[in-house]
Amino acid sequence: MSAVEKATPLDARLGALTIPAGSFAAKARRAALERLTAMGLPGRRDEYWRWTKAAELNAADPVAAAPFMVEETPVFDSFDRLKIVFRDGVFDAAASDPLDLEGIEITRLAEAPELGWAAGFYGSLEEAGQTPVKRPFAALNTAAATDGVLIRVTGRPSKPVSLIYFHESDISDPILHNCVKLEPGAELTLLENGPAGARFNKVLEVDVAEGARFHHVRAQGRDHDRRAITHIFARVAERGLFKSFTLTANGVLTRNECVITLAGDNAVAHVAGAALGDGATSDFHHDDTVFITHDALNGESRQVFKKVLKHGAVGVFQGKILVKPGAQKTDGYQISQALLLDDDSQFLGKPELEIYADDVKCSHGSTTGALDETALFYLRSRGVPVEEARALLVLSFLADAIDEIEDAALKDEIVARLEAWLARHRG
Amino acid sequence: MLEIKNLHVKLEEQDKVILKGVNLTVETGKVHAIMGPNGSGKSTLSYVLSGRDGYEVTDGSALLDGEELLEMEPEARAAAGLFLAFQYPVEIPGVGNMTFLRTAVNAQRKARGQEELSAGEFLKVVREKAKTLKIDAEMLKRPVNVGFSGGEKKRNEILQMAMLEPTMCILDETDSGLDVDAMRLVADGVNALRDGKRSFLVITHYQRLLDHIKPDVVHIMADGRIIQTGGPELALVVEQNGYAEILKAHGIAEAV
Repeated sequence: MSAVEKATPLDARLGALTIPAGSFAAKARRAALERLTAMGLPGRRDEYWRWTKAAELNAADPVAAAPFMVEETPVFDSFDRLKIVFRDGVFDAAASDPLDLEGIEITRLAEAPELGWAAGFYGSLEEAGQTPVKRPFAALNTAAATDGVLIRVTGRPSKPVSLIYFHESDISDPILHNCVKLEPGAELTLLENGPAGARFNKVLEVDVAEGARFHHVRAQGRDHDRRAITHIFARVAERGLFKSFTLTANGVLTRNECVITLAGDNAVAHVAGAALGDGATSDFHHDDTVFITHDALNGESRQVFKKVLKHGAVGVFQGKILVKPGAQKTDGYQISQALLLDDDSQFLGKPELEIYADDVKCSHGSTTGALDETALFYLRSRGVPVEEARALLVLSFLADAIDEIEDAALKDEIVARLEAWLARHRG
Repeated sequence: MLEIKNLHVKLEEQDKVILKGVNLTVETGKVHAIMGPNGSGKSTLSYVLSGRDGYEVTDGSALLDGEELLEMEPEARAAAGLFLAFQYPVEIPGVGNMTFLRTAVNAQRKARGQEELSAGEFLKVVREKAKTLKIDAEMLKRPVNVGFSGGEKKRNEILQMAMLEPTMCILDETDSGLDVDAMRLVADGVNALRDGKRSFLVITHYQRLLDHIKPDVVHIMADGRIIQTGGPELALVVEQNGYAEILKAHGIAEAV
């Protein structure tokens, strides 16, 4: 086939971007651009994008989105943490804490001149995650990210690192790329919150070395009209632990991809999400796309995704467990469930298992249902008003996902957010 | 006082009539028992009184201390003082038993215009009451009824009853699935709540529960009606002779 002459959507998309030059990441950026050019942006016939329309993510400019205004203390506000603030993707030094904490080195992507560990790392897990499924927006991110943080964890820092993404401009279109490298035995809790912009493209690459532990809790912000495409790429070495939980409440379009490889024996990876959508205010479309590869002995993986949908909200789950030859004694678990609060909402689920080892335990389940009327009556018969009873049952439904957050205080914080959302979206 | 008059109920989605004119008055402080064969409408009566969906009241009334229950939402009935101990208590994963109890107690206090209990006050009361029902701290922490044995579930119902302090308690086959010891524990819990002001309607198949919770009045229900009323001795008659004779005397076919 000869080269196509006419301008493609990718040309238009790239035309609207300025790719940062120089620095240690220049080579990785060039390679990512080549990958992206070879694969193109997702089209309508792309199987991996069958249920989520990529058009608004492909477009050269974002659809305008107003920031969400509500009198509510921002999530994680009461926690002792190292704050790193971005406004519409631009680092805010005055609002951030000094990037200084024992057991950890933090550098900004935009500032890093020559960073030994990051030079070979930036974009490497993203690149590995392009096989067997193409993830064009992640390659776009590696090529064009304007900022982000590069974190190397050597010990056990005394408090979490907290990335805060404010959204202020109606037309902001930030692309941020974060890298976390945990050295053997290190441990980090990473918090992320906020919508970041009208359209947000974010990549997080995490390398968990032998015996290291990574905890990730994020809340994607409550803006109704925002769009987001995010990727997590993680590699977990021997006895390493990776745990990630995401709360998504509102958002016209969210696609969260998570690509994890259990590369060392006895590695553990849990990824969970709770998504709440009410189509009455704006459209709500939420897509969790997960790919977990077991490539070592005795690995344990869990995917726990729950969605609460009403007024025409749409939930998508595409989750895969791939057990490579030789990955014996794998324990893989996957559950995706949707609670439909009315007849208008929709959940599309595609669980997949692909197993090439003969001594493994893998299970998956996917359910769609309404609130349990008997349980609702039980609560009401005890005097709990109907709306409060419904809220309690929604929390009951989400419990398995929330339980994936290890830290009790963080768990309570997320539950408080869920309760606030439920109180705002009664009826 | 609970006054049920001429209560007629059918299933909402079918043309099946279940209650065909129930008349029953439970005076303040009294314990009434309803016995009857399967399918006589005993459980339906308890559901209709507490406001479960799926039933249509075609005639009659049910007054609790002069207030019409049948027009209230289930939570309003609870706030008015009605409590139903379920035959099959519902499991609610992810909601701690303690959270559930506190939510219920405070919701009712709020509905009655009382101040909500603080966490500390609540904890003190719940621990005290749980202890007498042999409900340990672990059971209070666990999700509502999840993984509870049959006996634990029923004890948990009685704990809720003790915490909510209703004026009218309906026990729907609370003895089902209980061994003798568990039944005694549950009965002791109920008896501890008998204070001369609280009324009870005890629904059961068997006389044995009534050995432990002594009723003032026993009713026999069949084919959607109360067909006979008597003292505690009526339960003994049923225990010895079964329902056949009574049903026959009222011209009701045995297999309903």
